[in-house]
Amino acid sequence: MREFKGRVVVPGTATAEALVSKQGFNTLASFKKALLAKKLDAPCSDQNNEDIYQKNMAKKALCLPQTIGSTTGGIVIYCASKMGASPACLLFSESIDSLAAAGAILSDIWTDAEMPTVDRLGQDFLDYVKDGMTINIKEDGLVEVE
Amino acid sequence: MLLSKEQQAILDGSQGETMAKIMKTIVMYGDTFGADRLIPITSEQGHLVTSFGINVMTPYVDMFEALLADGIVSKQQFTVDPSPVDMDNVPASFLQRIVFKVLYKNQEKYDDQLMRMGLKGKDMYTCTCYMDEVGNIPNKGEILSWAESSAVVYANSVLGARCNRNSGIIEMFGSILGLVPNFGLLTDDGRKAPWIIEVKTSKVPEAQVLGSAIGLKVMEDVPYIKGLDKFIGNELTDDAKAYLKDMGAATASNGAVGLYHVDGLTPDAVELGEDLILKDAKVYTIDDAELLRVQESYPCIWKDPDAKPKLAFIGCPHLSLKQLKDWSIAIDKTLKENGRKKVAVPTVLTAAMPVIEAFKKTEEYKVLLDTGATLSYICPLMYMSNPLCAKMPVVTTSNKLRTYTTAKYYRDSQMLDILGKGTI
Repeated sequence: MREFKGRVVVPGTATAEALVSKQGFNTLASFKKALLAKKLDAPCSDQNNEDIYQKNMAKKALCLPQTIGSTTGGIVIYCASKMGASPACLLFSESIDSLAAAGAILSDIWTDAEMPTVDRLGQDFLDYVKDGMTINIKEDGLVEVE
Repeated sequence: MLLSKEQQAILDGSQGETMAKIMKTIVMYGDTFGADRLIPITSEQGHLVTSFGINVMTPYVDMFEALLADGIVSKQQFTVDPSPVDMDNVPASFLQRIVFKVLYKNQEKYDDQLMRMGLKGKDMYTCTCYMDEVGNIPNKGEILSWAESSAVVYANSVLGARCNRNSGIIEMFGSILGLVPNFGLLTDDGRKAPWIIEVKTSKVPEAQVLGSAIGLKVMEDVPYIKGLDKFIGNELTDDAKAYLKDMGAATASNGAVGLYHVDGLTPDAVELGEDLILKDAKVYTIDDAELLRVQESYPCIWKDPDAKPKLAFIGCPHLSLKQLKDWSIAIDKTLKENGRKKVAVPTVLTAAMPVIEAFKKTEEYKVLLDTGATLSYICPLMYMSNPLCAKMPVVTTSNKLRTYTTAKYYRDSQMLDILGKGTI
């Protein structure tokens, strides 16, 4: 097991299976089909992301550098949270970007979903974590990976 | 973040629970990025990204209704992204039309909500709100609360206005409060470039591929682009602005660029030059081989990669008046060269409603009509959100459309070949 310390963007605790995107996560492209077809397991529909394409994102610990793409990104995360298809938590190796931050904050303030969000975990975190590993997040931004 | 007494009072509930939640959202958002304070929006108009009442966005429509029910509206008028449906001008089968009606069942309700919230007019649906004919053109240095990645990167880069890459909802909350958190691209430091892009191509690089290459490399960073002004000049002419519009949209969708500088051309670069480049900036050189490598890296996800195209979209972001004229002449020329009277593939050119109205008064309008191509105000991305449309082999000159849908990207010259010959 290894521990990584990040910055808390949205507080909370979670335990979930890791899903790792080494490249920038395109929120709209990734969630589009899941939202359209109301697929609560949220299979990733971004054909440009070979790391997670067609893998289920809901209830997973989504590990990523940052999000990219359309400025609907925050709304997409908000709607996924309202629909019950959001990841269990968002873990960023870099500083969170403005679209992902909007989605995480909107989900926190305007929905009942719990999606703790931690950023600045470092490249070491993204190099170490692999799909299927178990992630534990503590209130103070400590992330355990085993 | 330091709040004024009035701002703190709103956060504490002086204007009701909903306004308190709006303020809390903006404050938490600003705190995340180290904003020191909230500053007033100084642009006359806003721009919202969400124009579509798609059924999966029902929670968003519900939020809109709740705001309006509480008497909460935008402090400024705004434009909004393009309409998702245009049954009159874009080909659609009987089944596709049924799916559109189901997908966008909230559209009429949402259009009404937009007007009540502060939409500038019923023809103000476009991603290129900064066109002269539309008239949402912020001045250099003005503070905006906009979303729509292609519009934000254009406003920052080509107009020299100041706007962060806001998400939908956040931009509306800013317009409701009349305030935005002061961080990132609103600040002098946030507009400096940690990347130098050296353009060393043998001819003018395709805007959509150049933007894609830059976006994929720098992600959300600010690039300072050298060597491009020798191809597109040192003045922001109609052609230069159209080029930068398309290049910028690709940087924003293939990466997350909110601002770029073009040496000797864009307002910040003209004013400050290489002082905008951060010490130890990384360098990315783009030559002909690099552009080819980038385009060849795009995956083709058509079921039959060799399928004959069934539809072509040109205009994502929406075309300018000059681009509509240029495409009309170019399509007419390619048809004549190939001995055809009509385009070989059903073709839709998209632009803002006021731009289309202006185009209808030009000689080129009849030229375009005679080619068999059609004009629409639609958002091609929303058209492709229809699962039945997504299954079709659609071709486009838009790297943004390629990124978000199953449409296949072709350079402008390749597209003209397709329209003239019907094959790729």
